[in-house]
Amino acid sequence: MDRLLLDVAHMLAGGLVLTSFMLLYQDRMYALLNVFALHALVLSASVAWQAYIQQAPHLFVTAGIALVLKAMIIPVALHRVVARLGIHRTVETVVGIGPTMLAGMGLVALSMVVMLKATAAVDPLAREDLAFALSVVLLGLLMMVTRRNAVSQIVGFMSLENGLILAAAGAKGMPLVVEISVAFSVLVAFIVIGVFLFRIRERFDSLELKAMDDFRGERR
Amino acid sequence: MALIHSLAVQGVQMLLVLLLAPLLLAFTRKVKARLLRRRGPPLLQGYRDLIRLMRKEVVLAHNASWLFRSGPYMIFAATWVAAALVPTFATGLKFSWTADLIAITALIASARFFLALLGMDVGTSFGGIGSSREMMFASLAEPAMIMIAFTLALVAGSTQLSVIAQFMLTHTSLRVSLGLALAALVIVALAENARIPVDNPATHLELTMVHEAMVLEYSGRHLAVLEFAAALKLLLYLSLIGCIFVPWGLAPTGSSLGAYAVGMAAYLGKLAVGGFLLVLLETSIAKMRVFRVPEFLGIALMLGLLGTLLRFVSRSF
Repeated sequence: MDRLLLDVAHMLAGGLVLTSFMLLYQDRMYALLNVFALHALVLSASVAWQAYIQQAPHLFVTAGIALVLKAMIIPVALHRVVARLGIHRTVETVVGIGPTMLAGMGLVALSMVVMLKATAAVDPLAREDLAFALSVVLLGLLMMVTRRNAVSQIVGFMSLENGLILAAAGAKGMPLVVEISVAFSVLVAFIVIGVFLFRIRERFDSLELKAMDDFRGERR
Repeated sequence: MALIHSLAVQGVQMLLVLLLAPLLLAFTRKVKARLLRRRGPPLLQGYRDLIRLMRKEVVLAHNASWLFRSGPYMIFAATWVAAALVPTFATGLKFSWTADLIAITALIASARFFLALLGMDVGTSFGGIGSSREMMFASLAEPAMIMIAFTLALVAGSTQLSVIAQFMLTHTSLRVSLGLALAALVIVALAENARIPVDNPATHLELTMVHEAMVLEYSGRHLAVLEFAAALKLLLYLSLIGCIFVPWGLAPTGSSLGAYAVGMAAYLGKLAVGGFLLVLLETSIAKMRVFRVPEFLGIALMLGLLGTLLRFVSRSF
């Protein structure tokens, strides 16, 4: 029975990594936002399961915050931003999807090797959760690096933050205050970024980062 | 006596896949039509189509070689053997020592090789396009299949399907690498059977067709045999997924008749559920562009690799 509990936790954490790969694979803006909502949903399920295993009720609050804020409010808001800004509906990538996925594979392998070596003494649940969380963080970073459009970079940033929450849920004893403040800082970041998006577009008529590079004289 | 018993069970299995394959195809068509609020053909239509095609005259191109005439039978034989090796309602059949995942992959690959040759045989442009696309997809789908086999072998300690199914029955647990292998196997199965995100099985009018383009020149009994082989392949993949990931109900070696009957009922249930899920997926998504398919299959390869990696790095995954 105990074994099954651990297995479900692994399954959910692995599902989060898989959803990160799905984020990397999408090439349509709205599909990307939907997958991001799915990402948050998997995260909230994973955190809720951790709360159940560790018998830590405050983690349920974290799961609830993830569910309401990240799986509902932020995707809906991003949908509206995309609609209002009239952004081109395809996601522009810097390199092709194939090489990006291969790089993602490499990152997952890296995080497995590093984490499992570094945390050999910790109990297996926290250890493998940490390995998955690091992969999600690295995949989020990869997504931010390989996208040209500011909105998809925001999605990358948010998925990175989901990875951090997964890590925090896996490591026992993170206070609730920290989690709430993290959640709200993400919301604030989202608002600030949203304001910035509108400002950037007013300035450059585009959310393509290349336009800003050109403006600064950094031609590639 | 034991020998006769096991031979009989193996024989039943070989006939069973033959009988069920057209029914499964007709079932998917029926469910698809119902989901689109059409009535759809009756369930026996699969058999009727085959019988009708068998009776029709064969029209051959003037420059068709001997390969063009004998190829369909080779494809059918290879696919039938592969489908008969997968444990459907019972494990530990007479020939289960040959029911190796890699052997099955190789049988399907050789069937595909002949199909690609046949597509190019009479030199029509459609056939050539179909063959080249089939090979492009296969170059990604086969490594993915091999990676899935590796993942399963690492988990279960064998590439033999009977052993894997037994292992899954006795060591039931959720494993991340198995989940990844399942996702990869579903993608490979969709691509191999020319189902919707990759190819549309119901059209002859698109420039994007792959499987239909290769068999376009065929008629009469040759076409019947090729379509039968395609139906068998669909059955093979569904039973493969069933016996590896949902092995419940499989009758072990030398069981009583009752256990075999339970296994048979479970198998029919699995096929129905699998076919329904397949059709549900097909009706909810659109076909993708041909040049996006390598990315899609690349994901299967990646998932297989990831599954192997997770299993390899950490013992407990």
